[in-house]
Amino acid sequence: MNEIAQASTVSEADSQEGVLQHRSLWLDVWQQFRTHKGALAGVGVFALILLSVLLGPYLHDIDPQYLDYKSKNQGMSIKHPMGTDNLGRDMFAQVLAGGRTSLAVGVTAMALSLTLGTFVGVLAGYFNRLDGPLMRLTDLFLALPILPLLLVIIMLFRDLLRSILGPEMGIFILIVFVIGITSWMQTARIVRGEVLAIKQREFVLAARSIGTRPHRIITRHIFPNVLSPIMVSATLGVAAAIITESALSFLGLGFPSDFPTWGRLLFDGVPFLNINPARVIWPGLAISLTVLSVNYMGDGLRDAMDPRIRGR
Amino acid sequence: MLRARTLVLATAAVAMFASAAQAGRGTDGQLKILYWQAPSILNPFLSGGTKDVDASSIIIEPLAHYDEKGNIVAALAESVPTVANGGVAKDLKSITWQLKKGVVWSDGTPFTAADVEFTADYCLHPEGGCNAAERFQDVTSVKAVGSHTVKITFGLAKPFPYGPFVGSTSPVIQKAQFKDCMGAKAPTCTKQNFGTIGTGPFKVKEFKPNDVVLYVMNENYRDKNLPAFDSVLMKGGGDAVSAARAVLETGEFDYAWNLQVEPEILSTMAKAGKGKVISAFGTSVERLMVQLTNPDSALGDKRATYQGGKNPHPFNKDPAVRRALSMAIDRAILVDAGYGPAGQVTCNVLPAPAIYASTANDWCKTQDTAGANKLLDDAGWKRGSDGVRAKDGVRLSLLYQTSTNSVRQGTQALIKQMWQAIGVETELKNISASVFFGGDQSSPDTFQKNFTDIEMYTNNFNGTDPESYMLRWTCDKMPSPATQWIGQNMPRYCDPKYDQLAKDLAKTAATAERAIIAKKMNDMLIEYGAIIPLIHRGAVAAHALSLGGVKQNVWDATPWNIQDWHRK
Repeated sequence: MNEIAQASTVSEADSQEGVLQHRSLWLDVWQQFRTHKGALAGVGVFALILLSVLLGPYLHDIDPQYLDYKSKNQGMSIKHPMGTDNLGRDMFAQVLAGGRTSLAVGVTAMALSLTLGTFVGVLAGYFNRLDGPLMRLTDLFLALPILPLLLVIIMLFRDLLRSILGPEMGIFILIVFVIGITSWMQTARIVRGEVLAIKQREFVLAARSIGTRPHRIITRHIFPNVLSPIMVSATLGVAAAIITESALSFLGLGFPSDFPTWGRLLFDGVPFLNINPARVIWPGLAISLTVLSVNYMGDGLRDAMDPRIRGR
Repeated sequence: MLRARTLVLATAAVAMFASAAQAGRGTDGQLKILYWQAPSILNPFLSGGTKDVDASSIIIEPLAHYDEKGNIVAALAESVPTVANGGVAKDLKSITWQLKKGVVWSDGTPFTAADVEFTADYCLHPEGGCNAAERFQDVTSVKAVGSHTVKITFGLAKPFPYGPFVGSTSPVIQKAQFKDCMGAKAPTCTKQNFGTIGTGPFKVKEFKPNDVVLYVMNENYRDKNLPAFDSVLMKGGGDAVSAARAVLETGEFDYAWNLQVEPEILSTMAKAGKGKVISAFGTSVERLMVQLTNPDSALGDKRATYQGGKNPHPFNKDPAVRRALSMAIDRAILVDAGYGPAGQVTCNVLPAPAIYASTANDWCKTQDTAGANKLLDDAGWKRGSDGVRAKDGVRLSLLYQTSTNSVRQGTQALIKQMWQAIGVETELKNISASVFFGGDQSSPDTFQKNFTDIEMYTNNFNGTDPESYMLRWTCDKMPSPATQWIGQNMPRYCDPKYDQLAKDLAKTAATAERAIIAKKMNDMLIEYGAIIPLIHRGAVAAHALSLGGVKQNVWDATPWNIQDWHRK
């Protein structure tokens, strides 16, 4: 984020002076990214959601778990901007608190799966000897039925982590870990394919011929060139992680029932759809907007980072 | 192809003739029942779950049922034995059942007294954990006297001798099928437990545990005109709301069981005009079971077991804590939020019939947060900086589990807040109902294991006599590895005085005196705080307007009269 911000100020200075200076990769990317309207809107919406989730609870300071039973099933009002649920909990406070959890799960799980996937993909693609074993491992993970695996992992480790880290942190780590290790395989496969192709290119050959060591070749020449598919997997990963967390909460395997997440709010609201539609609309909107904005950002990033599209 | 078609036509023709000959039998098509807790086994002796008892009751029958008013009516028996008709001995020490003649099992073999005798042996086998064992309390022998006469002898005078073989929790199973499944082998007989042969109106065609049971008409059923439906589909899974919707709004199913749904949702759905909500108050009580033994996972095999009283719970062992937890709850709010007309505040674990309902515990009907706080203060539980009380390094922080159901999660949230007001920290946990009530011995999350500090669920008893129900909390009914985790004494309550009262109850004949003893037992459990009753629940169900013959029965299994159900 910082780099992009810097790049933008630099680029403005550039255009004012009209002098052609050194062009960095990130500057080019940003300039291309700016032309993608959807991506810019995505950044705006995502930033707004992030800000309101982070700062909102300081401005709207009702405890999301507090039950004010006398004011249940209320519509929108100044005191309760999104109304209340059937036990009198404030919906707005719950959506804000739920967003913190859902976004944290989404981003962390994505980071974990991305790191794992890229690592495995690059190693498998670059080193011929590792290719076979690592790709068979990937196949093995792909062949595992995910849901039963999740159930077993959670059943085995829930109590242990709960006693070490407490109920909320324990289940957070467990969920992030579980989503992370079950969603890295696609990234690994895509990255491996890209690495295999780039490895044969002349610039890599040149680097190798002057004696550059493998880890330098990977970080300096190969990694920047496979960044584009990684970024796309990242954005899709955030969305998938948020939705997987909802599914786990739905099965009663996620966070405790009174700990709001967007998925749980949505699940709890469904039976009340006829009576109080706002209970479903707000968390649903939050999930949709987040997923949509992240996808648009990914779309824009992919275009911006592909040198063949850039500049057109 | 041609031949296949001819065959189909021929079969259809035969079927038409058959139905013309037997007016009414199998003419109403398929009956679709929705149980959102899916049945996991078709042998009620091996599972205490209502869903399993109900699913089995469509296939296997007891000697007598309870009808919707709580009267005993004969099923496999010729008539109900009483002292007046000579069936029950004058000294009340034995009861003799005359079985209906000519009844055959669905495989065509005759049903005889030997099957009844075998069922008793099966359930009373010392190595087998039989869930109906409480119904066989004080039985010394069950003997087939003739081919169709069974004599049950008790070790003492039994004023209410209708424990064994009355009601769907204690049906008769076939000797030929189960003879190799005695004792410890019982749970391993998957073929038998999943494909139980019975005498009831339907037989199992296909059973997928935790999913669906398909029954077809039992052509050997004793009443040639019944049942009206030719097959029954019992679908499990989902949740109470979708079940209610499937009957009331979309009309996909004919009957949905146990609709624990917020009252406002149910009344909105019923407006669609496809079905009808029915309810009846029986003996169901939503209660908190207080774990009295230590459920710490570090204890390994000793986790949540009694160990002769040497394994007490770190804070539930303090009577002040148990009492304060009960005092802090405003039950009226719980009823209003989750049950509406289908619930009443109760302070008894034995709320009905009326003569057995105690009034000694009515202090619990009004919330007393100040009193609870004072009680804890006096007992030395001091509030810490985080507002949670602690004493000798033990924090009042408890784990509270129940099955997954939005009403239950709402109740959990409300109770959590009420307990917060007295400095008790609560962590909520919910488990899929199929697992929680499933009785699977390999799962740590069953209600029998109760590896938490407090758990919440509803239970009840079949019939009108509370004796076998009250026997659930004697010392020997504690679930533990030794009993294959079978037993209903979830709190691990053990008091010799209670066990003595249980023995007294078994000896007492006069109803008035029995009521006094039963109330005393109820009061002991509540006073001690082993069980914290919350809500007396009506059994709520919904059926399609086109379905006739349903008699909502709280004293026996829901499908007790399924042979009479028909299309209107």
